[in-house]
Amino acid sequence: MTAYRYAVNVTPKPGILDPQGRAVERSLPHLGIDGVSAVRVGRRVELTVDAPDERAASAVVDRLASELLSNPLIEAYEVERVRDTAEVAG
Amino acid sequence: MTIRVGVVLFPGSNRDIDAVNALRVAGAEPVVLWHEQADLEGVAGILLPGGFAYGDYLRAGVIARFSPVMRSVADFAARGGPVLGICNGFQVLAEAGLVPGALLRNRGLRFVCRQVALRAEDLHTPFTRELAAAGPLRMPVAHGEGCYFADDATLDALDADGRVLWRYVDSDGGVAGPEDAGNPNGSLRGIAGVRNAAGNVAGLMPHPEAAVEAILGSEDGLGIIRSLVVSAREFAATGELAGTRTSVTAGAA
Repeated sequence: MTAYRYAVNVTPKPGILDPQGRAVERSLPHLGIDGVSAVRVGRRVELTVDAPDERAASAVVDRLASELLSNPLIEAYEVERVRDTAEVAG
Repeated sequence: MTIRVGVVLFPGSNRDIDAVNALRVAGAEPVVLWHEQADLEGVAGILLPGGFAYGDYLRAGVIARFSPVMRSVADFAARGGPVLGICNGFQVLAEAGLVPGALLRNRGLRFVCRQVALRAEDLHTPFTRELAAAGPLRMPVAHGEGCYFADDATLDALDADGRVLWRYVDSDGGVAGPEDAGNPNGSLRGIAGVRNAAGNVAGLMPHPEAAVEAILGSEDGLGIIRSLVVSAREFAATGELAGTRTSVTAGAA
C-alpha cells in the first residue's frame, strides 16, 4: 500500500448565494483595496489515502468528495493531488 | 394506549428535552433513540430535534446522516412512517436526501434567534392535520443555516405538488420573500418547511416544540406536534398515513 495525499477544494456552485463571500468582498474597501470582485468562500480538505495504486486512491477520494465533503445540490468540488506527504498533522 | 414517538439524540442535539416535553404535552410517550442504535424500539413516529449534531462540522447535519440510527430512520421513512425534522433535524433530513433542498448560511450571516410567523399551506397533511387554522402561527427560530435553497425547477415542482408545508409571512399575512422582514434567513419563496414526494417526511426550521404551552409564549406549535402524534397513531393502527403517497413512491425524496 502507498500513501497518497490529496486536497479537495469545495466551493459554492455558480448562482448559489454565498453570504460569506459577499461579506469578504464588502470588507475590501476598508482595506483600501479596489478592483476585486466575485469572491466565493469555500473549504479545503486535505487527506491521505492508503491504496494499492493511484487509481484506487483517486476513486476513494472522488467518492468521499461527492458523498460527504460536498453537497452536490449547492457545492462543486475539485480534487488536487498534493505531492508532499511528509507533513501530516496528527 | 399511549403512542410511542422516537426522539433521535445525536451528540450535540440540544432541543431533545423540549421535543420530549412537547410530545408529552401532545399526549405521546417519547422514546429517546441514541444515534448509535439501529433499533427504533417499536416507535410509530420519529422526531429529529434541533441542536448541532456532531458539532455541525463540515456542513450542518451531514455527519449525522451516516449514523446507525439514521439508516433505520431512512428504512422507517421508506415504509411510510411519519418523520418530522425540526431545525437541525431538518438539516439532517435534507443532507440525507429524505426531504428536498438544502439549508444555506443565513442571508444576513447572523445566527437568528427570534419569534417568526408562519402560514401552513395545507391543513390535510400528516404534519398539519391538527392545526385549527393556517396561521399566522407564532414560534421561534434559532439557527445560523436556515436559508432554504433548491433550484428553480425543484421549487416549481414543490409548489405544483403542494410539498411546501410552511412559509414565513410578513405582518400583513403575505409570504415573506428572501429580502422581507418576516423572512429570518433569506429562504427562497419564503419556505420554512417542506415534505418529501411521498408526503410522510417533513422538515422545518422554526421550533413548534418550543411553542406548545402558554408559559412558553405561544401554543401555535402544538398543532404540528399533535399532528405528528395523531399520524403516528394512525400509522401504528393501519400501517398507512392519510394524505401521503407512500404506497406508490416509497423512499423518493
